[in-house]
Order: sequence, then C-alpha cells, then structure tokens
Amino acid sequence: MSAIELRNENKKFLSGDEAVAEGVKLCRPDVIAAYPITPQTVIVEKLSEFVASKEMDCQYLHVESEHSAMAASMGASMMGSRTFTATSSQGLLYMCEMLHYVSGSRFPIVMVNANRTVAAPWNIFGDHRDSLSQRDSGWMQVYVENGQEALDMVIQSYKIAENQSVSTPIMINLDGFVLTHTYELVSIPEQNQVDEFLPPYSTTNKFDFENPKSLCFTASPEWQTEFRYQQYEAMENAKKVIQEVDKEFSQVFGRTYGGMVEEYHCSDADYILVAMGSVAGTAKIVVDKLRKQGKKVGLVKLRFYRPFPKEYFKKLGKKAKAVGVIDRDISFGYEGAVYSDVKAALFSQGADVKTINFIAGISGRDITKEFLAEMYSQLEAIGNGDKVEEIQFTGLRWK
Amino acid sequence: MKPRVVKDFTYPRTKEELPFGPGSQAGVLVEVNSGWRTFKPVLDHEKCINCLRCWLLCPDGVISKENGQLEFDFDYCKGCGICAYECPKKAIVMVKEGAE
Repeated sequence: MSAIELRNENKKFLSGDEAVAEGVKLCRPDVIAAYPITPQTVIVEKLSEFVASKEMDCQYLHVESEHSAMAASMGASMMGSRTFTATSSQGLLYMCEMLHYVSGSRFPIVMVNANRTVAAPWNIFGDHRDSLSQRDSGWMQVYVENGQEALDMVIQSYKIAENQSVSTPIMINLDGFVLTHTYELVSIPEQNQVDEFLPPYSTTNKFDFENPKSLCFTASPEWQTEFRYQQYEAMENAKKVIQEVDKEFSQVFGRTYGGMVEEYHCSDADYILVAMGSVAGTAKIVVDKLRKQGKKVGLVKLRFYRPFPKEYFKKLGKKAKAVGVIDRDISFGYEGAVYSDVKAALFSQGADVKTINFIAGISGRDITKEFLAEMYSQLEAIGNGDKVEEIQFTGLRWK
Repeated sequence: MKPRVVKDFTYPRTKEELPFGPGSQAGVLVEVNSGWRTFKPVLDHEKCINCLRCWLLCPDGVISKENGQLEFDFDYCKGCGICAYECPKKAIVMVKEGAE
C-alpha cells in the first residue's frame, strides 16, 4: 500500500455496488445492457445516471429481462464493443442459456453478479448458490472480498477477458448486501492511468463491413470437439494471464490481490480454511487472533473458481495437516461444490491431509468470528486424529 | 441469383486453420445440401404467369428470376414443395427424384 499512499488519493465513501459502477465508468464500456434485480440494482441505477448525465459516453439499453440483457450484450460484443452487464440470483438463472452462447462464441463480456441465494424458500440475501450453479457455463468466475477489490477487479477483468489468448467472458461475484450495500472508503483510480492500463477493446471476432463474417455458426459432431478444446485451452491460458494482469495492476495502482488465490499466513500453517468472498475478511481477523495464541492457522482466499487453481491445491495438500472448505452452497446429494473441487486437487497426488466441509452462510446467515474459530478447532481435532464429521452445517439448530 | 462463393472451402487441416471460435469469413458455402430432397419442383413455363409468388415464398431463396424466366438452384433446393403448393396456376409440380 505504501506506493499508493504517496499519491494524492481520490477516496470516496461508497457501497460495493457504487464501487462497481465507478470501476465500470473508468473502463469506458461502449454498451451496457441490464435488467435490475436486488441486490444488484444500485449498480445499474448508478450507471444509467452516469450515462444520462453524459459522464459516460455509452449506449445504455433498458431491456425487458435478464435473458435479453445477455442476448443484447452478446449482440453488442459481436460488433466489437466493450460491454458490461450485471445481475443476481434468479436473473442469472434466467440468462443461463445465453451465458453458454456468449462463452462458446468467445465474447469477453464482463458481468457483475451480486451473489444472492436462489428460491425456494424465497430469500434475497447472499450465498453462492446462484453463481456456483453456473460453474460449467464457460465463464471465468472471480469472488471478491470488499468494495475496493470489486472496483479493481472490474478493471482487471476487462484486461484478462479481452486478452487474445483468453477471449472468454468473466463473472465478478460480489456478496449480496454484505458487500453490495455496505459502505467503505474506496480509492478511485485516475482515469488516465486506467486508460493506459486498459486500451480500447480490439478484436477480429466481430461483424465488420470491410470483412464480412458469419458468427455463432453451427459445428457438426465432427467439429464441435475442436471448438471445445479451444475453450479449454483459453481457460488454461487465463491462469497465467490472471497472474500477469494482477502484477501489472499492482505496479500501476499499488494494490495486489494474488491472482488465483490470496494466501494469509499459510507458509507454516497446519490448519487451513479455504473461503471465497467477503467471509475471507472476517477469517483474517480470526487467523490473527489464533496466531497470537500460538496456533498454526492460515487462510486461503480462493479468488478464481474458474479457472480453478488446481496446481496450487496440489502443493497445499502436501504441506497442511487439515484443510477446511467453507461453502456458501450445497450440491444436494453430495457436498459443497467448492469442497469437491478443492478436495480433488488436494488429493490428486496422494497427499495425506484431512478435510472438512463447512456449509455456512446460507441465504445470508452470518458467518461469525465464533463460527470461524470453531471451524479451526474442528480442523485441529481432525488433524490430531479425532473423529470429526466430514460435512458440517455451521450453526444448524438441530438435526 | 446463385449464392456468391467468395472462395473455395477447405476444412481446417491444422490447429491454426480452425476459426477462432464459431465465426468465419461470410459467403463461404461449405457444401451443397440437395441430398435432402425426395421430390423436386418442375416448372411448366407455358403455365407460369411470372407472378413471382414462388420466388417470394421459397424459404431457401433458391428460385432466381435473373435470366427472364424462373429457375431453381438444385444445389440448395431442399424439395419442401412450398412453391408448388403456393403456385396459383399449378405451374409447379413436385416430381419424385430420378422419376423424370
């Protein structure tokens, strides 16, 4: 942080949604197509205000649904426009068909998803069941911890997605209410620095009068596999690009997020929690407290869920005694979705590590410091050979 | 008018030749699809009054009027029979392929 403190920082007191809108404005998108949904609404309200007041030179499309929002975004991207949209929960599910269309066609749209659970029971509060259900839609998924990271990731995301070797859409996930509606001091980067960091979008994957193209064509069974391999390869390329972009971002703006994962006191830790999104902030406080008591605990903030940092967890499996995964979701009939992926990577080289899955923070229920401290003591117990239940519903009233 | 072929199509032979995502230069026809046809339209020019109803309604745009009289492009006619059904003078009849 020291580099940035030397500069005359422009700080504003913003909610997470407002921070996202400021980030989008700095990226100068040509087209925004969106439909409002709680808790994303403030993002699109702010952006439409920016467009109305001519603070942004951008075409803002008020569409009639989320399906149309993504279809219109795809159309705009097909014209070579830098495009933004945002949604949440039921809205994300409603645009699900178009998510596959966009990723399969390789359009680098940036979307913010304000994480909110999915009905039923009806509930507007946060968990990750909406975005995790879209795991295989071919989009990159990143989860942020606070408003500053949300703003910064909008800028980074365009740079990652628009990289020719990636050319894949990205979904920035922001915890509903805990982040979207909570105010904090956010540093707003200078426009000229963002312009330099993020030049205008340029692609050959677009309609063009000079070079007429047929886009989104049919591929027969004989050819589909090759196109899917392209997408697979693009996501593998993204792993490197994500690290490079974060590094370049830190050189210009003075903030770094670690790329695929952020480690917190992990180098000598025996007991490690893996978490995505805002809970990572609370977990860091708990780690600090337990470290003072001499406990060798650490936190892995899993930032990118797709592409998944398999190589990182392979190594982690060799050095930790016990790893716990917090899932703000559950795949009924199995376990938390994040847990499955972390576990598969941890054990892929035959590591001797114990694991627990904590199903927590469902539909906006708080994950308190006490809950997190209890998770660490469960990890210690299983590490010492005690019998501990593998799938635990944190704070469950009764069974 | 027959579809304008920009260049001859060749299937990609290397990874580099595969288009970047499902998009490619427009106007490239990959192959004729007349193999779908069971019946083909046959026009009696004596009966035809040149009303252009078939030309207008052909779903594949394979009827041309460029040379003064209507012609079918049998490389792309799928044999649906809409032209015959719509013809007000019954000038078009559908004939089984190979039965002429």
